[in-house]
Amino acid sequence: MRNWLNAPASETQITHGQRLWLYVLAGIIMILLVAPTVIVIPMSFSASQYLEFPPREWSTRWYDHYFASAEWMSATWTSLTVGTLTMLVATPLGVMAAYGLHVSNFRYAQFIFITLITPMMVPIVLIGIGVFYVYVQLRLVNTILGITLAHSILAIPLVVIVVGAALKTYDMNQERVARSLGATRLYAFLAITLPQIRFSVITAALLAFITSFDEVVIAMFISGGDNSTLTRSMFNALRDQIDPTIASISTIMVLVSTTLLVASQIFGKDKGK
Amino acid sequence: MAVTETVPRSEALPITIRRVTKTYGQVFALDHVDLDVKSGEFLTLLGPSGSGKTTLLMALAGFTRPDHGSVSFGDTEVVRMPPHKRDVGMVFQNYALFPHMTVAANVAFPLKLRKVAKAEARERAERALETVQLGGYGERQIDQLSGGQRQRVALARAIVFEPRILLMDEPLSALDKKLREHMQIELRHLHEQLGMTTVYVTHDQREALTMSDRIAVINHGRLMQLDEPRRLYDRPANRFVADFIGEGTFLPVELSNGSAAYAGTPLKLAEAVNETAAQELLLRPERLSVLAGAAEPEVNVFAGKVKELVFQGESFLMYAALADGAEVAVRGATNRDVMERIPAVGADVHLGLHRDDTVLVAAGED
Repeated sequence: MRNWLNAPASETQITHGQRLWLYVLAGIIMILLVAPTVIVIPMSFSASQYLEFPPREWSTRWYDHYFASAEWMSATWTSLTVGTLTMLVATPLGVMAAYGLHVSNFRYAQFIFITLITPMMVPIVLIGIGVFYVYVQLRLVNTILGITLAHSILAIPLVVIVVGAALKTYDMNQERVARSLGATRLYAFLAITLPQIRFSVITAALLAFITSFDEVVIAMFISGGDNSTLTRSMFNALRDQIDPTIASISTIMVLVSTTLLVASQIFGKDKGK
Repeated sequence: MAVTETVPRSEALPITIRRVTKTYGQVFALDHVDLDVKSGEFLTLLGPSGSGKTTLLMALAGFTRPDHGSVSFGDTEVVRMPPHKRDVGMVFQNYALFPHMTVAANVAFPLKLRKVAKAEARERAERALETVQLGGYGERQIDQLSGGQRQRVALARAIVFEPRILLMDEPLSALDKKLREHMQIELRHLHEQLGMTTVYVTHDQREALTMSDRIAVINHGRLMQLDEPRRLYDRPANRFVADFIGEGTFLPVELSNGSAAYAGTPLKLAEAVNETAAQELLLRPERLSVLAGAAEPEVNVFAGKVKELVFQGESFLMYAALADGAEVAVRGATNRDVMERIPAVGADVHLGLHRDDTVLVAAGED
């Protein structure tokens, strides 16, 4: 321990001892970031009628309750469907936009890029209100199609940014050489470029799914009835009946999201040189 | 090498470039370029960076569309033809090999696009690899190859479908000097063997002189001179070409009645004076010699003082100040009798320039 405190922590001469405060600070920040998420996990295994921490008695009854409830199952199914569809809509559109912006020397490309990522910067509640008014006219409120399209608005910027970053480190001459050797532009992209940026595309697709799966604000406006998403139903449940089912669902969602994020990291790392 | 089977000799196509112009904003990348590349010729586009040589190559490949002008391969106008229909082999500066494919798959890529049957494609790819002396490397991954090997794979991929035109964009610039010089000779031999019309871009004048049948010197999007290497070096058309290819000092001359004089002394010239433009005398360091005694009749003599003498191993470099203050460089081999003739720094020196090496160039074109 003594040795470790006095050992240099980096190429500079700063020792681990001198860095100790930094390690403690970083630890506290990490705990603060993760705690609200992690705290629902013990709460979900409580036997009590109410959300409580720490639980006095343990049980899995709220998991049973969740899986037995037709309402919760329907909401889960809606969320998974919308998440998958959002992924399928946002990924190709985002990839195409990122590619187009990357290869074009169009004068207003930067302007188009900013426009594409605007949904990330505008308060989501504004998008929710706007989408709601448009959807009333189009009769898209409370439809799978409607929620999918609205979630795609949020997911496309992520895809554009992730794939755009991958294209920046990709050597476009490969595509040029493929074209000079006889490939059409589309074939050159599919056979040469896409396989080499595929990890970023997969990462982007998973992020698109999570974006939709976790989204609640827009869902509040335009998802309801039979097509209520899981997050929306949870929000309602929190308001009407505070029982630990919420905690069990949260735990499952954390598990799903974490798995996808870890998967995206593994995919992103593999061969990522 | 003679025993192995190689890519067969292809039917070459001439390239005709007429008034090709490309502007970026106010700047002419190509300014009404006219150029004929003969069938089967190795032609180099030589120029400093930003001169337009790469833009011209990209116009041949189809990646840059000229604002106007025409490009034809043989009798076919290609200016509006997309790159994949042009049937040209192309080698890029950084090779642009496909890292997610094996060497064999890289080389067979153009054959796959041309729907060549698998077995035949494999055979032809191997033959192309033999041609670039990489037989048996087919199963390797790209990241297992050295720079020189990558270069050869890129070349094999560009010739495997027997294109009639081969375009190369500074293909050797990433290699170290020794390998580069070796590959220059090898590319030259390959060209003689395959016979396809080749357009080669480089900014390296020595590379251009080594490899080319003819060199097109380009600057500011304009063709400065198109000539064989020897002629380009010995008889540059203007000061830019003379300065860009080789070294040189330029001295002012007075023109009168078809003859030229420097500092009052008439010059014995290689060619008649062109009096339509202002002219300067080109002095190449290695064409000047240090005179020991009286000059031969065909030699122009310049008198001056030795200012500096630098020993550089295989050659020496001497700076001499002429009577009017102009400083000229002299370079020569460091063999015994030459070194003995060089006076000490500060002493008088007589420099000789043979009539055949006494060349005037159009002034100030840079």
